[in-house]
Amino acid sequence: MNTKFLFPIFFLLAALLMAACQPAPSTPQVTQTSSPQGPQTLSVITHDSFAVSEAVVAAFEQQHNARVQFIKSGDAGATLNKAILSKDNPLGDVLFGVDNTFLSRALAEDIFEPYNSPLLAQVPAEFRLDDQNRLLPIDYGDVCPNYDIAYFEDKGLAPPQTLDDLLEPQYKGLLVVQNPATSSPGLAFLLTTVANYGADGYLEYWQGLAANDVLVVNGWDTAYYSEFSLHGGTRPIVISYGSSPPAEVIFAEQPLETAPTAVVTGGRACFRQVEFAGILKGSQERKLAEQWLDFMLSLEFQQDMPLQMFVYPVNPQAALPDEFVRYSVIPQETAALSPDEIATGREAWLQAWTETVLR
Amino acid sequence: MRVKSLALLWMAPLGFLALFYFYPLGSILQLSFARSAGGAAGALLEALRSVAVREALWFTLWQAALSTLLTLLVGLPGAYLLARYQFRGKSWLMALASVPFVLPTPVVAAAFHALLGPRGWANQLLMSLLQLETPPIAFVNSLAAILAAHVFYNTTIVLRVVGDFWSRLDPRLWQAAQALGASRRQRFLRLTLPLLAPAIAAASLLVFIFDFTSFGVILLLGGPRFATLEVAIYQQATGLFNLPLAAALSLIQLVCTLSLTVIYSRLSARLSRPLSLRPRTYTQQRLRTWRTRLAAGLLAGALLVFFTLPLAALALRSVTSIEARSRLDRPAAPGLTLDYYRELGVNRRGSLFYVTPATAIAISLGYAAATVLLALALGLPVAWALARGGDAPLNRWLDPLLLLPLGTSAVTLGLGFIVALDRPPLDLRASPLLPPLAHTLVAFPFVVRSLAPALRSVRPRLRQAAAVLGASPWQALRRIELPIIGRALLVGAAFAFSISMGEFGATAVIARPEYPTIPIAIYRLLSLPGSLNYGQAMALSAILMAVTAGSILAIDRLRTGEGDEF
Repeated sequence: MNTKFLFPIFFLLAALLMAACQPAPSTPQVTQTSSPQGPQTLSVITHDSFAVSEAVVAAFEQQHNARVQFIKSGDAGATLNKAILSKDNPLGDVLFGVDNTFLSRALAEDIFEPYNSPLLAQVPAEFRLDDQNRLLPIDYGDVCPNYDIAYFEDKGLAPPQTLDDLLEPQYKGLLVVQNPATSSPGLAFLLTTVANYGADGYLEYWQGLAANDVLVVNGWDTAYYSEFSLHGGTRPIVISYGSSPPAEVIFAEQPLETAPTAVVTGGRACFRQVEFAGILKGSQERKLAEQWLDFMLSLEFQQDMPLQMFVYPVNPQAALPDEFVRYSVIPQETAALSPDEIATGREAWLQAWTETVLR
Repeated sequence: MRVKSLALLWMAPLGFLALFYFYPLGSILQLSFARSAGGAAGALLEALRSVAVREALWFTLWQAALSTLLTLLVGLPGAYLLARYQFRGKSWLMALASVPFVLPTPVVAAAFHALLGPRGWANQLLMSLLQLETPPIAFVNSLAAILAAHVFYNTTIVLRVVGDFWSRLDPRLWQAAQALGASRRQRFLRLTLPLLAPAIAAASLLVFIFDFTSFGVILLLGGPRFATLEVAIYQQATGLFNLPLAAALSLIQLVCTLSLTVIYSRLSARLSRPLSLRPRTYTQQRLRTWRTRLAAGLLAGALLVFFTLPLAALALRSVTSIEARSRLDRPAAPGLTLDYYRELGVNRRGSLFYVTPATAIAISLGYAAATVLLALALGLPVAWALARGGDAPLNRWLDPLLLLPLGTSAVTLGLGFIVALDRPPLDLRASPLLPPLAHTLVAFPFVVRSLAPALRSVRPRLRQAAAVLGASPWQALRRIELPIIGRALLVGAAFAFSISMGEFGATAVIARPEYPTIPIAIYRLLSLPGSLNYGQAMALSAILMAVTAGSILAIDRLRTGEGDEF
């Protein structure tokens, strides 16, 4: 090919491509103004882990003559920050994915409008953490130590039952955790230890873990897929979710009779993450946004969540999938820390933890 | 060249930078510092006083310097081999070397884990050979892992930037030197190094900036004991929402990049000289003697092993089933399987955001094509201005600005997009145009760096001759300069393409979930438990490697019959 033709071709392609990349006359604005009867668009800001069934969203769209546009903006922290930074000109109508560790920040920045959904009456009080209902609970999940059942059976060793057990010599070098400064389950586990041992005792516990050769890595996927003995590693205890055992069964290569992992739930070893959604101030679609929040709390959406996001519905009437019923345990008691306590203590705990465990 | 036409050349690229770089960056910095009680100065002082920040800055600097040095040590011999010799499989070696550059960090981390992790192939082999109980190689979560990954990623920059320039240097210079009695060492020190200096400086700068702003490699392979400024910015901005501190750190990072680029552009203007570049058919020789064959074979082999082993470990992992054990009596039996690839085509959970691998490939290729075109369209005028305008004040002031986007925190710039590009007609926050625009910011300095040395060394006499013969500047460009720099143009295109393919801005840019690129689709799979998800992530990574290698090979093929008639 002769280069003297190359250049004009590049420009031609560039022009074509630029033309093709123009966002197709976007249906939202056009339809909104020209025909009030046409579908209205609701945009939902959410984090990377959000997932939902096609059919469920289609049902909402049909029912309300609407189109739902999802926008993902990073992990839960990044998503909230972007919503805060754009509060003068909101990115969307609804934000889903603020969890209880970020709840205070979200409320302090005053970016949500209250909405008293009638369906909140069905949600247990323990999940309703904002008394003004600016943020409505949608789902929850527990972050707990998970262990590789076969490893412990092979070694004839009893698996740990409580957080205290993890300090025992027989579990030396078996635990891998995530850095609380870079990972959401890592932070949850740090908060578990603060809740259990107090703000003045948790560092001592971590010193014990460090003496027992705990391995710290930065992300959940490194811990779970590279260090956990079930997958690529050598350590049979990992911090993960209460729903990981059913996920292992659902995403097994060959059908499994039992889950290959189990969860340590004794002695408040789990931290409960509750995820919230709210209507962003400045939304032009208040009515549709309310309908969407009602929909998120309805059985149709609540029953779809477990297999999409591996979380539990806050609506107790929602039926759980079979795998969840059989392979997961919902702990009776979890580590208790209020969103305010978390907001106040987070930075100091992280700093002290970094100095104690990493230096 | 007149100031007016120089300014004209700079206009479009500067407008682009102003709109998509300086404006968003300025907005977010201003907004962040407004949240600090002491303003910008207070936040900066606080940052510089913190021991953790000083440690992070020091670590960022020395690991980048060390990584760059190692990358040069690996890359320069390779560049020599590729520049001076013709041998079978050369384009394959080049394509293979550019694969790491595009792989998203989670994939490279997975590749290193598959090879050298606690249960990686190397450890498994050693454990069974030596009858060991515990894995002998502790590679991940170490400085060695960070350095190795940086070299793995960036060697292709040295191979391309230096190798391409080297391949056009006239070998008669060396023959003359030899005839005049210069020893091998003298030829290297007095001829090779000075001539290559501009290309080496350009490559080192690019590599250094990449290592300096390293994020994923540090997080995933270095582990929590290592933190670069970029990691600290991410933690402050996302986890703690301490925007003033994050902004102060971004500013420190920027100042470092700017100082470097200023030093570089001063240096490169002094280093480069007009040369007569020769077509490669003329400069390259076949491997004739058994000694050169042996040396070339060893060198190519070493490069091949270095680039292939982690990639092969990953590819192997994508077809190996390591089933999670559910019972004692059914031990894990690794077996070969194509299940992961098959599963990629199934939307098992009826998920709204599911895309087939073919769609993800198409989306990635679409973004990459747009990035290549945009980066070339913006990079060519700049490279031309730099080459023709020489040391004009305009060039001296503007050139260092180009590399700034590379050395800018992606997290900060991502937040800047949200703050700045938020009103029509520029409400690009959730637009599918945003990814290629963001990719172009990173890709376009690469295009300039690839083109400028080549354009600069076009001898003015050629152009003057054309002018005397009545050619307009445009004709001179099209008939003389473009054919000479055709190769460099392709190098730039390959870079832009690679950058876009591998860009993984999950934390930086907001995305429309219905248009996931391959890296984003991989990341989605990696964030769910279950062997099938991990296996699919490996399978999709293998597909990304194949698509990239294939595309780079195709771009390389374009040059057949390039301006070699010169």
